[in-house]
Parts: sequence; structure tokens; C-alpha cells
Amino acid sequence: MDMTNATIALILMGKGMAAIFVVAIIIYLIVTLLIKFTPSDVKEDK
Amino acid sequence: MDFLIQGITIITWQQVVMWGIGGLLIYLAIAKDLEPALLLPMGFGAILVNIPLSGVLNQTLAGIGDVNGIIDWLFQVGIEAAEVLPLLLFIGIGAMIDFGPLLANPKLFLFGAAAQFGIFATIFFASLLGFDFKDAVSIGIIGAADGPTSLLVSQVLKSNYIGTIAVVAYSYMALVPIIQPIAIKLVTTKKERCIKMPYNPKSVSHTTRVLFPIIVSIIAGLVAPASVALVGFLMFGNLIRECGVLRSLSETAQKEFANIITLVLGITISATMRAESMINIQTLMIMGLGLLAFVFDTMAGVLMAKFFNLFLKEKINPMIGGAGISAFPMSARVVQKMGIAEDKHNFLLMHAIGTNVSGQIASVIAGGVILSLVPTLIK
Repeated sequence: MDMTNATIALILMGKGMAAIFVVAIIIYLIVTLLIKFTPSDVKEDK
Repeated sequence: MDFLIQGITIITWQQVVMWGIGGLLIYLAIAKDLEPALLLPMGFGAILVNIPLSGVLNQTLAGIGDVNGIIDWLFQVGIEAAEVLPLLLFIGIGAMIDFGPLLANPKLFLFGAAAQFGIFATIFFASLLGFDFKDAVSIGIIGAADGPTSLLVSQVLKSNYIGTIAVVAYSYMALVPIIQPIAIKLVTTKKERCIKMPYNPKSVSHTTRVLFPIIVSIIAGLVAPASVALVGFLMFGNLIRECGVLRSLSETAQKEFANIITLVLGITISATMRAESMINIQTLMIMGLGLLAFVFDTMAGVLMAKFFNLFLKEKINPMIGGAGISAFPMSARVVQKMGIAEDKHNFLLMHAIGTNVSGQIASVIAGGVILSLVPTLIK
């Protein structure tokens, strides 16, 4: 078993998942703000 | 008259096995309707490249010199040079995706992110099995459940197993309806699978739909610059779709353009399906690891949803987390079917589609993140 590569793989796992979650959380926050502050295209019946 | 039997005399049993594999791929494409647009050209290409002295491959002919073969040329130009074909295909895919269900419920992004765990877990196991690190990473990316991303990453990292990885990635994507229900049931209870989720989507404005692909490209590019090509082309296709003024281009990108690229990509991949590089024990190991990647992806998505349920008043059906992989729309359909199987009034499709498209974005970002990180780790 190659423990050196396995260790690098674990570091990649930590950094990779962290980066993906950072991107996902930033996108989540921005989209939430966009949904809140941009007017809907659907016109409501009066 | 020796030339008539020249091909027969130098044929190897490995090449004959590859004809069988090519035939199997064609059978699966036609009889079982499994990813036919890719498996059929790949299967036929596998037969073409494994005919002795095949004219589709580069040859050195006595008295003439080097002669280029069309499939080798397509591979060099279409994939090796700048990953042209997988990237162009992303424009078509981006134009096909409606991110509406995801934008209406943006927390689903986090399920897509969690479901990329299988990629990294598989890289770890492939490393333990003794694969070279670049090969281990390329094998792990099968867990992106995204053929073009798998191809692109394994090509950029110059993996020795590009052909095998492509075949395994596309085959498992086609087998999602068999793999995912087992993985989901392993980590959920019947009670959890019966959780009903009302669908009350927030209204998504045109502005949001237009800004979304631009914002995603910038954010992903800033965190992982290597993802710009992957994410950028996917989002470019989506921008064409959502801008509202390029309807004709959008339709072309979704249909004719994507079809032509898919057709050429399939036969081009077959350049890597030569007997000498595919008939070995590593191929079996990659098949096992690929399966592991899909199972871990699915479980991680489900477990993320279960984690959310610890804090939410209105519980989420954790099965929708399992749809956070890129195999669209198969994965969402699997969750919908499983929901109905548990309770015929349990409609999860729109939630699962939201998670599924988040998986499409997350898998591409994962590919880019890996391409950014790997050079820093192995320098």
C-alpha cells in the first residue's frame, strides 16, 4: 500500500471538499440575496 | 498473396476480447438504451482501433513512412490539444439545463457539494491500491458522474487509463437506476424515505437567471482558477439559454451542436481503447473503484440531508440528497420512483431535480478544484 499517496489523497480530500463547500455557500448566499431583491417576473392578479 | 492473411496472422487474443467489449457496448446501447449516443460510437470505435494494422490509427508503412489515422488525429486535435470536444460539449449541456428548481431552493447547492465526496474517497482508495497519484485522481473523478469532466481531468493529468475511465464513467452513469437505490437504502430508514415535501418554489426573476451563470463562473474561477474552462463553458451555454435573445442559438446548442460533438467525442475516445492498454487487471480495479465512487457520492448526499434534518423544523426527505450527482435526469428520477414506491402520494421530483442540477454544477467545480490542487500537492 502506498501510504505517501494515500496521505496526499487525504489532504486533497480536505482541501477539495472545503473549496467546493466555500463556492457552494457563496453561491447560495448570493442567489438568496438575488431572489430576495430582484423583482419577480410573475405578475400577481389584483 | 501473403498480404491477404497478414491481418489474421498478427491478430492477438486481447484484440479479439476488445471486439467483444465493443460488441457489448453496442448491444447495451441498442438493446438496453444505455447512453446510446456515446456507448454506440465508443463500441464501434473500439472494434475499429483493434483491427490489426487499422487504418484509423497512425501507421508507419514500409517505403511510405508515417501515415496519419483519422481516430488518432481526432484524439490529438479534439482532446489532447486543448480538451476541445469535452469543453464544447459543456456549452450544449449548459444550454440544456434549467437551473430554475435549484434557484428556487438554493440550499440544495449544499447537497450537490456533499455528493462530490465519493470522488475524494475513491482517490484515497485508488492511492492505497498503488495507482500512481495522477491515475488515482483520474479514477476518482469517475465519481463526478459526469463523462466530459472525467475525460477532461484524466486527459489534463495525462492518465494512463483515459479509455477505461471513459467507458467506466459512462457505463455507471447508465447504471444509476440500479446503483443508487441500493446505496440510498443502505443509509435511510423507511420512515425517512416516506417524508413528504411540499413544493412551494420561490419565484425566480429573469435577472437572477441571467446573473447566475456569470456569478458562478466568477466565484468558481476565483476559488479554483483551473475550473474556468469547465465551469465557464457550462455557464456560457446556460447564459445563451437564459438571456432570452438567442433562442435560435440556444436551440442549436442543445440539439444539433451537442449531437455532433457527442457523436465525434464517442468515436474519438475509442482511440484510447486499444487492447494493450485495456486488457489488464487495472481495468477490473477501475471498475470496482468507479462503483465505489458512485456509492460514496450517493451516501454523502443523503447523509448531508440527514444532517440538515437535525436543525430543520420541516424535515427534508434525505433521498433527495442522493440526487446530488451529475447524472441528469436519471438520478432525480430514481429518487422520484423511490419516493412513490414508499408512498404513492410522495412526489419528490422537483426537489430531486434541484439537487440533481446542483450536482451538475458541483461536479464541474470539483473537476476544476482538483485540477487546481493536484499540481500544488505533487510538485
